[in-house]
Amino acid sequence: MTGPESATELVRHAPGAHEAGVLLPGQTTTPGHDFLRGVWEENPVLVQMLGLCPALAVTNTVANSLAMGLATFFVLTGSSLLVSIFKNLIPKEVRIASFILIIATFVTIADLTLAAVVPNIHKALGAFIALIVVNCMILGRQEAFASKRPVGRALLDAFGTGVGFIIAMVMMGSIRELLGNGSLLGYSVFGPSFEPWIIMILPPGGFLTLGIILLAFGWWRGRKAAEVPMVRRWPHGVASRRAA
Amino acid sequence: MSSDLFWILISAMLVNNFTLHLFLGLCPFMGVSAKIATALRMGAANIFVLTITSLAASFLNAYVLPHAPYLRLISFIVVIASLVQIVEMTIKKVSPTLFRELGIYLPLITTNCAILGLAIFQTNRGYGFLEGLAFAIGAGLGLTLALVLMASIRERAELADIPALAKGMGLVLIIAGSLSLAFMGFAGLSTP
Repeated sequence: MTGPESATELVRHAPGAHEAGVLLPGQTTTPGHDFLRGVWEENPVLVQMLGLCPALAVTNTVANSLAMGLATFFVLTGSSLLVSIFKNLIPKEVRIASFILIIATFVTIADLTLAAVVPNIHKALGAFIALIVVNCMILGRQEAFASKRPVGRALLDAFGTGVGFIIAMVMMGSIRELLGNGSLLGYSVFGPSFEPWIIMILPPGGFLTLGIILLAFGWWRGRKAAEVPMVRRWPHGVASRRAA
Repeated sequence: MSSDLFWILISAMLVNNFTLHLFLGLCPFMGVSAKIATALRMGAANIFVLTITSLAASFLNAYVLPHAPYLRLISFIVVIASLVQIVEMTIKKVSPTLFRELGIYLPLITTNCAILGLAIFQTNRGYGFLEGLAFAIGAGLGLTLALVLMASIRERAELADIPALAKGMGLVLIIAGSLSLAFMGFAGLSTP
């Protein structure tokens, strides 16, 4: 019985994480692709299923989701920058430990800053700010990308992944707050006659919302994939088939 | 006092279940919940690491962190990770059978959010040594329960006639949602 042995393997074996963004030797990418990959095509939450704990735990309102998204964005960008700068100084054997230390430093900065600037939101997010340290998405980007690429590219990749994470968080937060509270960012949308679906802002609502989003995406992908063979079968359109 | 400890254990296990209520430890919950046997081993390894974590956190909270509170996160991570590594090496040497059963899961769960979450919650709630221990064992049992329930449902779902679209993570999340809904019933247990 063999199993994943290191944190790298953990990231690779995480549910849904198909060799995401892991570069093969000699493989090159364009700067635009480095950025856009994380935003949509390999969105950390919706496609790679990484960073699920915060995506489910603190998305009961848009404000909390946004604060969490921004804090994670900050930590990801800072760690990618530092890891990319020091990549040649970090010994290969202790690289995971070094990455985690760098990440933990940035999380401590984010934690203390939020506590000082927005104490209410810091209280609402609670322990989950500290738990950004163990967000596999961040460690995954360091191991797969920042530790191998130049500083500029590492920053672009961190920006893209961070933006993708924020998009997913705000999407979850909007759906849950809208249905569970009838409001967006605290402003009432449906008026007083709306009976809120309380379940959406409680823990089960997190699982159900993400589950339904994934099912919807799967359905959409399935339709797109089904369209391709039609084109391949009749590359010159329906007319050529009729002519034959 | 002992009833307090019992309540902490039950609360961590059922009412505030780590996975289904606090969303901690979701990676193993999604990743290794396909078979009951694997889920049980993962659960056992989790109980083990959580207990060690609780001991380490109690020690750090009592002797180190009062002097340097800003080092909380970093010291938790470093101490827990190295302790688990040491224990893993010891088990490998002393009992190769146990290592084969649990070993491969130990490094996996060291950087799991349930582990760090336990240390942070324990600190935030001001639990002492015994309370922390009860909390850790309760949390571990809760994780195991959630994993095994999930694995049993997924084993059944393998045989069920499910539309191709719903197979995969979407279905797992919907099942988790229903489980979480069921666990909310335990909220009635909480005593005023």
